[in-house]
Amino acid sequence: MVETQDANALTAYNIQDKDPIVKYREIKKAFGDTEVLKGIDFDLYPGERVAIIGPSGSGKTTMARLLMTLEKPTSGTIEVDGRYLWHKEVKGQLVPADEKHLHEVRGDIGMVFQHFNLFPHMTILKNCTEAPVKALGLSKKEAEERAKEMLDKVGMLEKAKDYPASLSGGQQQRVAIARALVMRPKVMLFDEPTSALDPETVGEVLQVIKDIAKQGDMAMMLITHEMSFAHEVADRICFFDEGIIQEQGPPSQVFTQPKTERLQEFLKRFHMNGSS
Amino acid sequence: MSVWDWEFTFADVLPQLLQVIHVTIGATIGAFAFALVGGLILALGRRSQKKWISWPTYGFIEFVRTTPPLVQLYFIFFVFPDLFGVALPAIVAGILGLGIHYSTYLSEVYRAGIESVPQGQWEAATALNFSPVQKWKSIILPQAIRPVVPVMGNYLIVLFKETPLLAAISVGELLGTAQSIGSSTFRYLEPITLVGLFFLLMSYPASLMIKRLELRLDLNRK
Ligand SMILES: Nc1ncnc2c1ncn2[C@@H]1O[C@H](COP(=O)(O)OP(=O)(O)OP(=O)(O)O)[C@@H](O)[C@H]1O
Ligand SMILES: [Mg+2]
Repeated sequence: MVETQDANALTAYNIQDKDPIVKYREIKKAFGDTEVLKGIDFDLYPGERVAIIGPSGSGKTTMARLLMTLEKPTSGTIEVDGRYLWHKEVKGQLVPADEKHLHEVRGDIGMVFQHFNLFPHMTILKNCTEAPVKALGLSKKEAEERAKEMLDKVGMLEKAKDYPASLSGGQQQRVAIARALVMRPKVMLFDEPTSALDPETVGEVLQVIKDIAKQGDMAMMLITHEMSFAHEVADRICFFDEGIIQEQGPPSQVFTQPKTERLQEFLKRFHMNGSS
Repeated sequence: MSVWDWEFTFADVLPQLLQVIHVTIGATIGAFAFALVGGLILALGRRSQKKWISWPTYGFIEFVRTTPPLVQLYFIFFVFPDLFGVALPAIVAGILGLGIHYSTYLSEVYRAGIESVPQGQWEAATALNFSPVQKWKSIILPQAIRPVVPVMGNYLIVLFKETPLLAAISVGELLGTAQSIGSSTFRYLEPITLVGLFFLLMSYPASLMIKRLELRLDLNRK
């Protein structure tokens, strides 16, 4: 089992006292002939912050996209809060999920994308209220209250009436984070949220994510190449390579005493090897 | 015989033409409204994951697009009654015929618009848990249609200019009326010229308006 108590961890209580909110079991994913994920077993606990690191092409994004239902696993199961995501239980048998089932389970998951993906034809406020109104069934008033609260949290409330095209990349990403938060997911996925940003705006977005990580009990899965950020925010680091989780543990351990050679090699590039 | 007879123009031709202008305009609006809806349905049908929907839709589009609208009008007006025992009023057959024909053009326009929406928009919509219908209504179609509105406008003008085809199935629209004025008075110059002028007066401002719309709809304008 993974040890998640760590001096650096932001979460004080022992996370693993609870049942996992997300369980990947023997998850495999192939695109055509290339197997990208080769059997992932992974638990994420309520309120836990896990950083996923690993070389390019190792399957990190794919792993997140399976949970967001943007990609379908080739085999294996994912459970979210006790329910199968890609399967339905019919008379004790697992059958492939239909859109209705996906819709129900997906509500617990939110995602922030590398390229923000704001809706360009809507104001910032509308970007944040459209889904709560249409998908959650909130009243317009409720949705706007929630949206304004979240926009305030990410420091974008003054821009509520503007359109995405008039914002910088960092500002757009902050709005995208607010937009995802308004849905109040139990699990939030961040797929390299700062790697499409100008260097000047990376800091503001990382700061927003840190703030969110400190508050609330939302579980977070952070795919990132920002090692010091991962170290600071995460309760646990998962090192991905060649489609499997090669090594995981609390940041202090993973960054200072990497066990596998692969991870040692990988960390050298970031000057975070234990020997440095 | 003088070259241009003003009296004939204002006393006979113009009043008669003015009486049927609404037929031309009505047929245009009716057929275009039909095509806007029909085109969207065809475009969505063609995209369907279900082959028993997408293939026949594709076949239908290709068939209609590659046969002359006049043949289709004849078919609906003359052959339908034989096949189904219902004779449609000429104007209804005309709106249906042009509407179906332009549906297939507009389905291509919708398709181009839909394909221009970046993958990330679909993904964001899924991540925010929009249902498939809401995804289309709130996210995809508004973005798909915006850039193709000018193209649609151009099709509206082309359709408008093709309404004289309806004369062939005895719809009393502008050109047919002008022609019958001509054949009863033996003067074609004034009626035909006026019809041409009328089409010019309608089409040209419309195309200018489309140009302006194009600028207004540009989302990247800051
Ligand atoms: N839709 C797809 N079709 C085919 N191959 C794909 C597809 N999506 C991803 N892949 C391949 O799967 C592999 C893993 O991709 P993935 O995006 O998950 O990696 P990653 O770890 O996120 O990399 P990066 O750090 O560069 O973002 C890559 O080799 C990629 O080319
Ligand atoms: Mg990636």
